Amino acid sequence: MSESNLNDKVREMLAKSEANVKNSKKNFTRPEDELRDVVAPDGSIIQVNPLYDYFSNEKPKEEKPRDGVVEKFLNWARSESIWVLGYGTGCGSIEIPPLVTPRFDMFRYGVEMRPTPRQSNAFIISGYLSVKSLKRVIRTYEQMPSPKYILALGSCTINGGMYYDSYSTINRLDKYLPVDVYIAGCMPRPEALLHGFAKLKKLIREGKAEKANEYARNFDEYKANQKKIINDWNMPDYNW
Amino acid sequence: MEIYTKLAYSFLGLMIVLNWGLLMGVTMRKIGARMAGRYGVPFYQPWMNLLKAASVRTTITHGYMYYLGPVFRLTGAVGLFLFMPMIFTGDPDGIWTNFSFQGDLVLILYFQVFGMLGMALGAGEGGHPYSAMGVARGLSQHAAVELPMIIAIFAIAIQFNTFSIYEIVEAQQGGFQNWVIFTNPFAAVAVILAMLGAFRHAPFNLVKAPNEILIGPPTEYEGTYLGFLMSAGSIIHVMEAVLFMNLIFGGAGSWIELIIKSFLIYFWSVFVGMVFPRFKIEQSISWFFKWPLGIAIIGLLMASL
Repeated sequence: MSESNLNDKVREMLAKSEANVKNSKKNFTRPEDELRDVVAPDGSIIQVNPLYDYFSNEKPKEEKPRDGVVEKFLNWARSESIWVLGYGTGCGSIEIPPLVTPRFDMFRYGVEMRPTPRQSNAFIISGYLSVKSLKRVIRTYEQMPSPKYILALGSCTINGGMYYDSYSTINRLDKYLPVDVYIAGCMPRPEALLHGFAKLKKLIREGKAEKANEYARNFDEYKANQKKIINDWNMPDYNW
Repeated sequence: MEIYTKLAYSFLGLMIVLNWGLLMGVTMRKIGARMAGRYGVPFYQPWMNLLKAASVRTTITHGYMYYLGPVFRLTGAVGLFLFMPMIFTGDPDGIWTNFSFQGDLVLILYFQVFGMLGMALGAGEGGHPYSAMGVARGLSQHAAVELPMIIAIFAIAIQFNTFSIYEIVEAQQGGFQNWVIFTNPFAAVAVILAMLGAFRHAPFNLVKAPNEILIGPPTEYEGTYLGFLMSAGSIIHVMEAVLFMNLIFGGAGSWIELIIKSFLIYFWSVFVGMVFPRFKIEQSISWFFKWPLGIAIIGLLMASL
């Protein structure tokens, strides 16, 4: 392709993307995430679709637990090493910092905070969850490796709590994500959170904390519920 | 000695080093917790974390280099072990001198960087911007640590006229007055200060402190990869302590002596970390280029004049 032709093509592409931005009233996808043509380093023109090229386009699969004593042994190890993602969604996250202080000290139960979803296996939904946060929570949850557990902290995650009639928060968390342990209260004290961890450890040891598989099994239902409430769905469907 | 016997002993030694590294790490965490008035993690926590990491059911991939990053890191750690004389018994072909030979000091310094570079490539392929930032921070701080350390180590090599760690240990036998820390104090102090950066405890742990916003290079690593990185980290901690023990504290005559000395050397970095808060990268680089580098150059001049 000659240089003048290439310049024409690039100009045409730019005009197209500008037109896209102007005409995109109902479309929430960012202009840089839209399906478009790009010039490769060797001069050829290729089509990219950032939302689907850069992420997994495979549905999460159900991962069967191993048999018998092996799974029991692994469950015991999992229950002794719970790594919590350091992400607070609502006012309840103020109850998490006291857990690392001398008074409550969650480290002695094998509970730690991790900064990245790739390394954590427990997720505390702390308090009310606005629709805007729900979007981030879903993306983060799907990036965590299975088996993963959700602790729902506070009344807001059970029935909406004092925000039951709010226009911007969800009322029932388990319509959108599978919950392992509910910790009721408004606000629950850090002791209640520690009790929640103890409960979670018991569930893991008994092999009952298989909600990641439940999510994979009922994936379409969960996705439909999520898409019903998130209007500006501008992310890939499967991004784990 | 048969090569197979030696390999079997090396494997046994590697297991001892790995478990001692994990135990040492958790002991330091407990000491830190007690300093803060907490009870701290149980002593079996690192083994649980390794088992948990191995039992993860789903894994992601970002390409070949992403797989190879942790493998390179573990290779660097095992390489450090294989070419390091662990126990000095007076026999250069002894069981615990491993595969140490003439000039292995250069190889050890190479293996220190090898794992880091592999990890940088792997983390780069992970594609997460935090990984790239962690790699940039880690490598720039490591360059600042390596320069004073290598100058001080060269001063020690010039002093004994050899690059063989075994011969450096041999020259320090016969009482603590023969240790490098007394025969060339400037080089030894430079190594002791640069050691803080090599162990990457506070105040020099900005690169991968889990309570920073960025955990650094391992941001995208999970499951078995993270298990590889944790085991490699434990082995590297012990092996660096053993390197400094061999270079300036006269080596070890038995496993008990090795365990006590490596514990105290590692504890020095933890002790400093308990007292001083975390440095930013530019602060730590200017600190390494000021104090350890100046002292190392004085040590080099003293050894060569």
